[in-house]
Amino acid sequence: MRIRAQIGKVLNLDKCIGCHTCSVTCKNVWTSREGMEYAWFNNVETKPGIGYPKDWENQDRWNGGWQRKRNGRIEPRMGSKWRVLAKIFANPDLPEIDDYYEPFTFDYEHLHTAPEMKAPPTARPRSLVSGERMSKIEWGPNWEEILGGEFSKRSKDYNFADVEKEIYGEFENTFMMYLPRLCEHCLNPTCVAACPSGAIYKREEDGIVLIDQDKCRGWRMCVSGCPYKKIYYNWATGKSEKCTFCFPRIEAGLPTVCSETCVGRIRYLGVILYDADKIEEAASVADEGNLYEAQLKVFLDPFDPDVQEQARKDGIPEAWLEAAKHSPVWKMAMEWKIAFPLHPEYRTLPMVWYCPPLSPIQSAAESGKIALEQGMPDVSQLRIPVKYLANLLTAGREKPVVQALERMMAMRQYMRAKTVDGFIDEAVAERVGLTGNEIEEMYRIMAIANYEDRFVIPTTHRENAEDAYTLRGSCGFSFGNGCSGGDSEANLFGLARRATSARNPMEME
Amino acid sequence: MGDYINTLLFGYYPYICLAVFFLGSLIRFDREQFTWRSGSSQLLRRKQLRWGSNLFHIGVIIVFFGHLFGLLVPVAVYDFFGIGHTFKQIMAMTVGGIAGVAALVGATMLIHRRLGDPRIRRTSSFGDIAVLLLLYAQLVLGLLTIPISAGHLDGQMMVTFMTWAQGIWTFQPGVADLVAGVHWIFKLHLFLGLTVFLVFPFTRLVHIWSVPVWYFGRRGYQIVRTRNHRRTA
Repeated sequence: MRIRAQIGKVLNLDKCIGCHTCSVTCKNVWTSREGMEYAWFNNVETKPGIGYPKDWENQDRWNGGWQRKRNGRIEPRMGSKWRVLAKIFANPDLPEIDDYYEPFTFDYEHLHTAPEMKAPPTARPRSLVSGERMSKIEWGPNWEEILGGEFSKRSKDYNFADVEKEIYGEFENTFMMYLPRLCEHCLNPTCVAACPSGAIYKREEDGIVLIDQDKCRGWRMCVSGCPYKKIYYNWATGKSEKCTFCFPRIEAGLPTVCSETCVGRIRYLGVILYDADKIEEAASVADEGNLYEAQLKVFLDPFDPDVQEQARKDGIPEAWLEAAKHSPVWKMAMEWKIAFPLHPEYRTLPMVWYCPPLSPIQSAAESGKIALEQGMPDVSQLRIPVKYLANLLTAGREKPVVQALERMMAMRQYMRAKTVDGFIDEAVAERVGLTGNEIEEMYRIMAIANYEDRFVIPTTHRENAEDAYTLRGSCGFSFGNGCSGGDSEANLFGLARRATSARNPMEME
Repeated sequence: MGDYINTLLFGYYPYICLAVFFLGSLIRFDREQFTWRSGSSQLLRRKQLRWGSNLFHIGVIIVFFGHLFGLLVPVAVYDFFGIGHTFKQIMAMTVGGIAGVAALVGATMLIHRRLGDPRIRRTSSFGDIAVLLLLYAQLVLGLLTIPISAGHLDGQMMVTFMTWAQGIWTFQPGVADLVAGVHWIFKLHLFLGLTVFLVFPFTRLVHIWSVPVWYFGRRGYQIVRTRNHRRTA
């Protein structure tokens, strides 16, 4: 057992209102630059839909994620290391910018300078790549917003596998949900595995997956490797970029920008302890349907004394162990089992999880024909087909999704009984395998969702890893080219390294 | 005067080019690694890359190693293994010719792509276009030397160039005189070839140094970094 900690994330889709505040604040902070206009580290898609980039979930087309070989080991779906390098001159698995969308602006200036005309002047779109006029804008990060577009196109959605989808094209039966997406900061990331330069890495102390911008050579294999298509090639710098999980904020104990600004308060951040030695085994299980359960086994109980002891040995700070006990992510994923990984079948063991959304009961129920099972509506009557959610979150296994939906419905029923009818309905809690106290806790975390309950983020203990003394005045108060110290071990121009040459004057020789 | 220029171009210029090549690469790697990249434009246009880029790269790699070994392996080694000069020359002309044509076809497609597609044209730097045209000219000149070589299959011309190249590497005085009398196409080819080394550190060509062979040496697939040092897990 080798314990590491990660700041995990849960998004409660039941409360997402699709306002795109997360996307916009993220873009303003991280990607409002040349070369990254088309990139959205966070975007909100309306499902069903083929998404952004087009058809990203279909790995028969993009070859992202992992595949299990006959000998039981896994390798990137792009192929072994030889096969990956063979694609280096021209990568057949790379989306083109049109699969995302050609970024554009509008000729606003024309509105000011237009002469007197018969028709009012318009601001026409102009490409941000070529600078040329665009006749038509064809796609975007939320193109299918609230069921925009034809059902025939939207229904190419990969999650319709094994679903009789035709009836959902009818107005009376249509359904939708929002899916905010960002980098999953996986335990078994394919982007890291596919990077020939070794520029992408997972941070040991908080699990954030980052790209070393100095070491990236722009071989662009990570873009193909990531099955969520959340690595973006910056055409201006020739380097790949991705969601940083706002690491400067996380290190300081603050939530990511998308979480902080979420008006629906659907985002949760908390510590998850996991066993690094079990990752490969969990990612290699034979049946894709078992991957969700396998990942649960990688997570470790922060209340277990053995886990705590080993975690201390592995250098996890006390504050992190304490935070792990209060982690909303642990509660939702492990205690209540109402959160699930996005597409576990990619074998990446993602660490951004989702609570499935409830949806209105079908119209049949309205006319009094509602099927009540022991006083509770049957989840199969929800407007969003359970199979669809299962394809999204549990590689097709419906049972865990059904249980989660039932628990979320039970929570409503329990609280309605308590606040409206004024009695405690323990039977409702019991029927879904919870206690009244647990339901109250669920209600506090999920419905009230106070800031301090949503975000339990211990600060990074830099003092354990870095010598703060050598950092003092290392940059900002320097001379010459002091803020750019170079990258190689031996400095070409004989500049003394501050970090190694600084000495504490209080120390004796 | 002709003698002066000949010595300048084939006696001194090689040293200037090689010095800039090595030092320039080192300085850029040390100080400006963020600029060190392959500069792929595949995201903006996929078309023509599969054939263009593969033909170009594979052709150029064969041609490059052909020149490297052909020029720098001492004549004595060939004699020791009993490889005749005529045989070597015909080999070089055949393999180099095929690879050169492949690279030329690829380069033609790449140039068409770079200059013809408004997205790529607009996002290309001067260096991106210049280096492509430079290599194109060099490929054309290289292929033009083949008919000239076909006029004398005794391999003596080749030995002359080997002696010149090895003389440069071993700091022999007066090696520029060896190539004073060769056809102007050879001279131009030599000059442009040296120029490629001169501009190398200032263009996207630096990505050649970064051929990711270390990928094969990585244990497993995952990389986990701690704050203080890197570790593969």
